[in-house]
Amino acid sequence: MKQENNKAYKFGMVIDLDKCTGCGSCMVSCMSENNVPFKEDESKKKDSITWMRVYKLTNGKSFPDTEVVYMPRPCQHCGGKGDHGHSPCVSVCPAVATDYGYDTGIVSQIYTRCFGCRYCMGACPYHARYFNWWDPKWPEGMENYLSPNVSPRMRGVVEKCSFCYHRYQAARDQAYAQGNKDEIDEENYQTACTTACPSGAIVFGDLNNPAHAVHEIVKPDPHPDPRNKHVVGKSRNPKVFRLLERLGTNPKVYYLSEREWVRKAGDNYLDGEWDKIKNHHGATLSND
Amino acid sequence: MSEIENKAENGSTEIAGEGTAGEAKDDKGLGLGVIFFIIAFVACFLSGTLLFPKLLYSKKEQPFNFDHALHVGEAGDCETCHSLREDGSFTGIPKLATCLDCHTEEPLGETEDEAVFTEEYVAKEKEVPWLVYSRQPDCVFFSHVAHTQAGGMDCVSCHGHIGESTSSRPYEENRITGYSRDIWGQNIFGIKKNSWDRMKMDDCAKCHKKETGHQGYCFQCHK
Repeated sequence: MKQENNKAYKFGMVIDLDKCTGCGSCMVSCMSENNVPFKEDESKKKDSITWMRVYKLTNGKSFPDTEVVYMPRPCQHCGGKGDHGHSPCVSVCPAVATDYGYDTGIVSQIYTRCFGCRYCMGACPYHARYFNWWDPKWPEGMENYLSPNVSPRMRGVVEKCSFCYHRYQAARDQAYAQGNKDEIDEENYQTACTTACPSGAIVFGDLNNPAHAVHEIVKPDPHPDPRNKHVVGKSRNPKVFRLLERLGTNPKVYYLSEREWVRKAGDNYLDGEWDKIKNHHGATLSND
Repeated sequence: MSEIENKAENGSTEIAGEGTAGEAKDDKGLGLGVIFFIIAFVACFLSGTLLFPKLLYSKKEQPFNFDHALHVGEAGDCETCHSLREDGSFTGIPKLATCLDCHTEEPLGETEDEAVFTEEYVAKEKEVPWLVYSRQPDCVFFSHVAHTQAGGMDCVSCHGHIGESTSSRPYEENRITGYSRDIWGQNIFGIKKNSWDRMKMDDCAKCHKKETGHQGYCFQCHK
């Protein structure tokens, strides 16, 4: 019965910002897939929980040069400095309620373990974590529509995107049932937002597997960036960037855009900084 | 000499005086104290081990008695009724439709339980509301296929010899958590002799560590 440890996946996502229309299908599908509670007044944005959230960016120019881009933001599933699994949130959790899965690269959140100190929310540079200020209240009869594969949360705990981990669990079960222990099919594990996106802007898969579409687009560099050793897995595609890439959080969510101002919006650059580094596929500047 | 020092000196002499006067009485008091302590300890210990579990768990009877041994004899092994679907998910306790593969509206036996089954459930086309002894809390993900197919384990390793039981024991529900007693185990101290005596997270982690070399990351068993 002794088992060999299976090879590690590194699940990631690339979002084509030029394809995204900002329709919000990803947000809706995410909420219904993951039993995310909603409030009576969802316009109170400080109170609402959105694992996947679409932000609106503009280039700040006036008509007729105005351009708008919509940026969906799930949890970035950071690998942490050097991609060793020390994600900002995982490092600060005093309860081990969140850990880094070295087998999948997915950052977990265990609601029954969390006691709601919210350090992780302070540590997350992407505002991907949300606190349940209230117990969820479902309209009469709607409990019956909740997914049994995702446990509902209670008041006083933090929650966030899990890359639809329950779908990975289901895909793995299917692989076991078919007698295939080592490999799950790309199409068997896709997140809810990926499958819901009508314009096909979101591509999801294993960043370690060259056969997967996400690897094809991102072409992650397995070596640390020579200009900043903390940054690993940077894209070799000059059109692809990550959010706040220079922090060395090493997110597994990549963004793709043909437009330079969009790529520049992925980080905070000082005057003149962007021009020096923009040709080094995106975002890193020697800062240590 | 200051007032405080005076008081302290007086105080100490008073205590010393009392001590010498009451030595004989103290011995008797000590003996009574020991007896009282032992009685109290035994009373607390017994109420903790005998009374507390009774208070903590409420007992519920299954809708009717189910004879596992009889069904295994008639129908075959566990997989006949508790099977895996093609996508790897587990069917769990069978629905009425599976029962009706063999059962009909006419009772198959002459037991009282068979009569209850046919009258209350088969005739009314109602699902039997079984109470699941091994149901884990909401936050737990458990994959049967990973253990039976990929891990090569048998049902007995975790479920014990349930297949040889001839009657359904009462379902005991923890009044505080609402979980089945099988999670904590029958022993209130949490002592286990068999692998199926207890099914807490530590038990999963211990076996995982032994068999796979790693107890797994949180999401391996949580959802």
